Amino acid sequence: MAEEKGLEQLKKEAAEKAKAAAAAREKGAASAKVKEEPAEKAKPSPNQHILDKYVQEIENHLGKEILEDSYINRLSKDIPTLVAKPDTYRKVAELLKYNEQLAFDYLSELHGGDFETHMEVYVHLYSFTNQQAVALKVKIERSNLEIPSLVPLWEGANWPECETYDLLGIRFTGHPDLKRILLGEEWIGYPLRKDYEPYDVEV
Amino acid sequence: MIRTEEMLLNVGPQHPSTHGVFRLVIKIDGEIIKEATPVIGYLHRGTEKLAEDLQYTQIIPYTDRMDYLAAMTNNYVLCHAVETMAGIIAPDRAEYLRVIAMELGRIASHLVWWGTYLLDIGATSPFLYAFREREMIINMLNELSGARLTFNYMRVGGVKWDAPEGWIQKVHDFVPYMREQLEGYHQLVTGNEIFMSRVKGIGSYTKEDAINYSLSGANLRCTGVKWDLRKNEPYSIYDRFDFDIPVRQDGDAWARYHCRLEEIEESLKILEQAVEQFPQDGPILAKVPKIIKPPKGESFVRIESPRGEIGCYIASNGKKEPYRLKFRRPSFYNLQILPKLLKGENMANLITILGAIDIVLGEVDG
Repeated sequence: MAEEKGLEQLKKEAAEKAKAAAAAREKGAASAKVKEEPAEKAKPSPNQHILDKYVQEIENHLGKEILEDSYINRLSKDIPTLVAKPDTYRKVAELLKYNEQLAFDYLSELHGGDFETHMEVYVHLYSFTNQQAVALKVKIERSNLEIPSLVPLWEGANWPECETYDLLGIRFTGHPDLKRILLGEEWIGYPLRKDYEPYDVEV
Repeated sequence: MIRTEEMLLNVGPQHPSTHGVFRLVIKIDGEIIKEATPVIGYLHRGTEKLAEDLQYTQIIPYTDRMDYLAAMTNNYVLCHAVETMAGIIAPDRAEYLRVIAMELGRIASHLVWWGTYLLDIGATSPFLYAFREREMIINMLNELSGARLTFNYMRVGGVKWDAPEGWIQKVHDFVPYMREQLEGYHQLVTGNEIFMSRVKGIGSYTKEDAINYSLSGANLRCTGVKWDLRKNEPYSIYDRFDFDIPVRQDGDAWARYHCRLEEIEESLKILEQAVEQFPQDGPILAKVPKIIKPPKGESFVRIESPRGEIGCYIASNGKKEPYRLKFRRPSFYNLQILPKLLKGENMANLITILGAIDIVLGEVDG
């Protein structure tokens, strides 16, 4: 009897385990479905026409091959994203601010990032007149980390550019007072670079 | 004729009116400020660098320590960024808990501002009243999350803890109480002639300046720009509530004072509706994997914190840690206009102007 019971119990446990495994498989399938969804959502973004307008406006005024790339960033609430070249970055920014169709009067965010092969500056602009947003990016060679400053266009870019310089070592030419705003002038190295090694005299 | 000499004066880093470790080097000629140079970075902890070695859930406690007067919104902005990238939608009950927690935080933050601002310019008792009410909010948030200031409450896809029994009722009861107290605040301070003469027309700037200097929050709304991300770029469930955006036209400290106090009223409205609509039951956390790996790419989201626009940028390479994380910290951006405001001002107005910007140094330095 005792043995039988033991067997029964084992069977039960095995059945339960199988159930759990099946449930897990189902779950996995469900999550896989979720992952597939973006592919299904291949229809154009509602912001596509806005991006087209921006690109058109830039091409009309500055000519072709000013932008390296332009796309809708699906992961970032479908924001129209423009990628400028280091030498056209300032011109594009100027147009974005002063062109009436674009009129981006508000600089919401500016920061940089180290992507090992290159560095990037990311600018998020907003237009109160047109109620539209745009992300402006620029890729910079690590060998020549210099791009024009946006402070003459938006005063609000002042400290963010200092911060980017401080933490990543990107120099903004034409900035009125580029300084190491957070770490101080005596700090060695740029901490947010991926190849940064802390310098400590005591170690 | 009285002859004065130019003098260099340090305000801070340890000065109670700078609300943290903030230093201001000012050049004065007699009583007039010729030049002001802010020196920041004393509280820089390298949150963004630290985050590059942490999983997303592990970063949440670090966000608490940025704007420590309204940590709930900081929690939210990170979770919101990850959720936007990974396409996670938090359950209804969780969203309501988040909104209630964030709005309570907003009120608490504005109360601290109100109390300390008046303390700065010489009125001692309002501080005590403000902190009495703030203590009630903090106790409520403590019951919810287990911490008084550094909540670590939200998670990607929901919240960590459900509301304890009777907690929603407490929030419900707090709303009329706070309204009554707010009325008292107005009677105590708003009509006070000395106060008015200290703040009216002080530290004013135009709408164009505010936009040019990337100001946000009450600092932007005090110049007549009707802009609140809760309304203009609705996130979470803010589109379900009926509330206004308080706006003033003058752009001075007095206008900012009104904007903030009126924002408390609007937050109370939201709380009232949120408590009413609060779902009886349901999950508080969406089905998210234990280890969250947002897809490869980048995302920038921004939400409305008590101090303005707080944003979170994530660059992910599909791993469990962010490749690059950046917070757009409203205090950092708002403080930029200070040298411009102080130039040519009277020394006595320095604290009035600095206080009216409403900065938290943990956030300025990141």
